[in-house]
Amino acid sequence: MSPSARRIWGLIYRHLALYRRSWPRLLDLAYGPVLQMTIWGFTARYVLNGSGGALAGTAATFLGGVLLWEVALHSQMGFSMSFLEEVWSRNLGHVFVSPLRPWEMLAAFLVLSALRVAVGVVPAIALAWLLYAYDLFLLGPALLALFVNLLVMGWWVALGVVAMVLRHGAGAGALSWTILFGLTPFAAVFYPIAVLPAALRPVARALPAAHVFEGMRAVLGGATMPWAELAWATGLNLAWMAAAVALFVFEFRTARIRGALLVIGE
Amino acid sequence: MDAIDVSALRKRFGATIAVDGIDFRVPPGAIVGLLGANGAGKTTTLALLLGLITADSGSVRVLGHDMARDRFAALQQINFSSPYVALPYRLTVAENLRVYGHLYSVRGLEARIRELAETFALAPLLDRPVGQLSAGQKARVALAKALVNRPALLLLDEPTASLDPDTADRLRAWLLRYRAETGAAILLASHNMTEVERLCDDVLVMRAGRLVDRGSPAALIARYGLADLEAVFLDIARGRPEIAA
Repeated sequence: MSPSARRIWGLIYRHLALYRRSWPRLLDLAYGPVLQMTIWGFTARYVLNGSGGALAGTAATFLGGVLLWEVALHSQMGFSMSFLEEVWSRNLGHVFVSPLRPWEMLAAFLVLSALRVAVGVVPAIALAWLLYAYDLFLLGPALLALFVNLLVMGWWVALGVVAMVLRHGAGAGALSWTILFGLTPFAAVFYPIAVLPAALRPVARALPAAHVFEGMRAVLGGATMPWAELAWATGLNLAWMAAAVALFVFEFRTARIRGALLVIGE
Repeated sequence: MDAIDVSALRKRFGATIAVDGIDFRVPPGAIVGLLGANGAGKTTTLALLLGLITADSGSVRVLGHDMARDRFAALQQINFSSPYVALPYRLTVAENLRVYGHLYSVRGLEARIRELAETFALAPLLDRPVGQLSAGQKARVALAKALVNRPALLLLDEPTASLDPDTADRLRAWLLRYRAETGAAILLASHNMTEVERLCDDVLVMRAGRLVDRGSPAALIARYGLADLEAVFLDIARGRPEIAA
């Protein structure tokens, strides 16, 4: 293993060891997605029964939306919480004086985020199939493209949260729970962008998630994957990721100038 | 090549000058004490040496590497311990040592962990979470972590703070042995003057961000005409004019 890969593995191992030792943390990973799936599953069933089956497509988009939005939420939480664990354990000083490069730290957090998505969302997908006979994989190959875009959206939002923690200290970590959740109305998870007031539609269109969910609804409605939506989602993700990386680099440099790296958890 | 070579180093935080144009060298194999009252600039100096803080001006070379341009090459050969920076307390001692062993790309890591466990009497504690250990046990783990990569330069911030005399004495003996065995240099920030007298070949005294005196403990005591290093420290901290900065 190269020195760089070993350093990345070292940080991943640190978090895996933590989860292995903490069942509440493990339980917490799946709790949110399973809870959301249960609530929206029964809601979808209610809508379906009340409409005599006429709103089957709507019910399916509810469930697909819940499951895929959890990918973004867990991706973001998995990344930013890994950083916050270091802050809370007052361990950042040791990490930053080790040979671990900042980009290696971020790479470790990306892997941890993907693992968190797998552990958190897979049980909810299984539950949707068992309880409601809902098969997310009916989305076909498009699912992978939608999934990856939501994963990446979670990453750049998390990178923004980490940058804010570097700037404002541990208190800004609260954004980890709120920022993406607060974007839900604009992400068009459960309804098309067209439902939003005209003034808010540009906000939605600036978010990759809104294009992902427009694509999901199209595929679930029987259309082929609308590649334009996917292209928009991918392009926006690249642009937002570039901005988030630039913000992180700026805030990391500023934190070194301000002497904030040692006292970030204080 | 000096372990540390600091030249005209300066750092200001807003209106406060934390480090005011200091120069010093630490030769290989030397143990040098960094003394000063709270707020004198010791922690900022250590952070500048580690690259945690960027300097406004001046230069820091560590083991021949310019910390402004090549700090990761130096960080591979340095390690650091401070009671103010913790290890993940839910991880066991072995897991912590393993994490840092990987971060420093230590070869033969499991053997190194066993070696450190033997040296610091940690074998019975390897599977216990760090958060469940006593202060003395945590200090031993922190020192084991600091030595995991066999550093050529060790930076220690108050390594024996809050330790009982027995544990502190053992820890000092381990540091002297490590220096003797490896020829490593150690820079030690401490408020314990007995410790500094016992361990340090040389002492740097800071006040208000400046280096106001330096020399061996014996030379400083003789120069100030006082009974011990603690009296010298008090004299300087309370504002005696500089003798030979």
